[in-house]
Amino acid sequence: MAMNEPQQISVQELIAQKSNRGLLAFTEKLIPKILFLIASVSVLTTIGIVFTLIFETVTFFTEVNIFGFLTGTEWYPFANSTPTYGILPLVVGTLKITGIAILVAVPIGIATAIFLSEYASDRVRRFIKPILEVLAGVPTIVYGFFALTFVTPILRSIYPDIAIFNALSPGIVVGIMIIPMIASLSEDAMSSVPNAMRDGAYALGATKLEVAVKIVLPAALSGIVASTVLAISRAIGETMIVAVAAGSTPGFNWDVTGSIQTMTAYIVQVTTGDAGYGTTIYYSIYAVGFTLFLFTLAMNMLAQFISKRFREEY
Amino acid sequence: MKFVNHEEVAAKTKTRLTKNTLLKGVFAAATGFGLVVLAILLYRIVTQGSDYLSFEFFTSFASRIPENSGIKAAILGSVYLMLVVAPVSMFLGVGTAIYLEEYAKRNKFTNFIKVNISNLAGVPSVVFGLLGLTIFVRFFDLGISILAAGLTMSLLILPIIIVASQEAIRAVPNELREASFAMGATRWQTILRVVLPASIPGILTGSILALSRAIGETAPLVVIGIPTILMFTPDGIMSTFTALPMQIFDWTKRPQVEFHDVAAAGIIVLMGLLIIMNSIAVFIRNKYQKRY
Repeated sequence: MAMNEPQQISVQELIAQKSNRGLLAFTEKLIPKILFLIASVSVLTTIGIVFTLIFETVTFFTEVNIFGFLTGTEWYPFANSTPTYGILPLVVGTLKITGIAILVAVPIGIATAIFLSEYASDRVRRFIKPILEVLAGVPTIVYGFFALTFVTPILRSIYPDIAIFNALSPGIVVGIMIIPMIASLSEDAMSSVPNAMRDGAYALGATKLEVAVKIVLPAALSGIVASTVLAISRAIGETMIVAVAAGSTPGFNWDVTGSIQTMTAYIVQVTTGDAGYGTTIYYSIYAVGFTLFLFTLAMNMLAQFISKRFREEY
Repeated sequence: MKFVNHEEVAAKTKTRLTKNTLLKGVFAAATGFGLVVLAILLYRIVTQGSDYLSFEFFTSFASRIPENSGIKAAILGSVYLMLVVAPVSMFLGVGTAIYLEEYAKRNKFTNFIKVNISNLAGVPSVVFGLLGLTIFVRFFDLGISILAAGLTMSLLILPIIIVASQEAIRAVPNELREASFAMGATRWQTILRVVLPASIPGILTGSILALSRAIGETAPLVVIGIPTILMFTPDGIMSTFTALPMQIFDWTKRPQVEFHDVAAAGIIVLMGLLIIMNSIAVFIRNKYQKRY
């Protein structure tokens, strides 16, 4: 023991020496503060977004009546004599795209999730999931190109009355875009249903289908609904597909065969055109952007609420 | 007493099994739908664009004549853009992740940051464009420059990088940290020499995937107002520029069908870039990621 003693003391001294070194102690104190500042950037970004939108929207409402904006059914900002700013046609356009997309994506997405989680073997799953990830990673401008040059001509050959720019084609393609999102989030929810529940049903003589529909689906419902709500949010905010393939004719009707305009596509139309800085049209994109932001924020918070509030813990 | 009517059960079992087989087919078909769409999409783009894909396509500028159109300015612009986005977004993203995982106390503000990040991930990219236009282009007066667009894109992919880095840092087992502390290392030394080296493959994988999202993103660039026809290449981060997805958007919008084929050629290049980036990410994940 006597031999170890001097060594022990020297280690302790070493530690004492080290921790007293000014620079080291200084960095130890400084680093968390720097990192805290870095972490605040994400909060600043949100503040920046909200502040920007509110500030410019307020400027817009000094020139345009807010009630006319919220309840107006005519959106003609480019009219020479009396431009009108009623946002409802743009909201309706967005809802058309979102509705069609959900009709396409929810059945296919959930069916894919059931197949991957309940029927597919490990090998099949490992083959298909990366491909779905690729589908999710395709840039939206590519989907827009696909809608305009492939889906629209097919729709027109089936039903010739459809215009070149219409709601149907981009709606379907937005649906295709969000399939991977619904499929993978729903599959996660289904996979986390414990096997004991499945085994119980099998022991009672249930078929795979009955297990999937009567046991797994209800148990994973909160996750599936949350994934759908998130997908709706994505569809509402989708920009390039509609900017390319949906046209630029805002209308207050439920026709899906003709040219429409969504909130996102309007922002693109104005920013690619030459509406000068400081004009009413320039400020209108912020009012539209703010409306869009509130829509998507509401959907995201709803999704978080659903998955928190209704999650079944096993 | 007879509780089970065997005849009835046998009769029902048959329809139940048929239903099962039938629906299995339906589910498989739905899964196949995604794969088929992807195959058609790739096939269409390759057959449409391959005629215009030549060496000159990479070395010439955009033009009013489809045959002379090229992506020289666009591809260099995209590369420059990534040179801004990669360091900025990784610095902010990894820094935030380290703070949240290693330093943050469990209090309301930390929770607020986390909720804020997940909400930020759901903000449409076009709204980020409005942010960039107002704050970077006008307020900080950076103009329609690579820097302004790069900062906007960095904020757009920041949530993805933060979440990926958090997961990578969380995957480093506490035993490693404790071993480092036991050797007398301070917290920052432990992070710098133990935690980060162990989590760097995961961080890189996530960051490359996030960058591949940024390179295909179009909407913020449109809103910021970057031009589509440029006859020069960028000469610095304050230079104005155009980018590959922006160029594709411009060609797709044109009424002449020939330009759609040029757009398809541009898409082949863009998808090629994405495949390369994704392969690198998968390679890093498979080669360097350790499981503890």
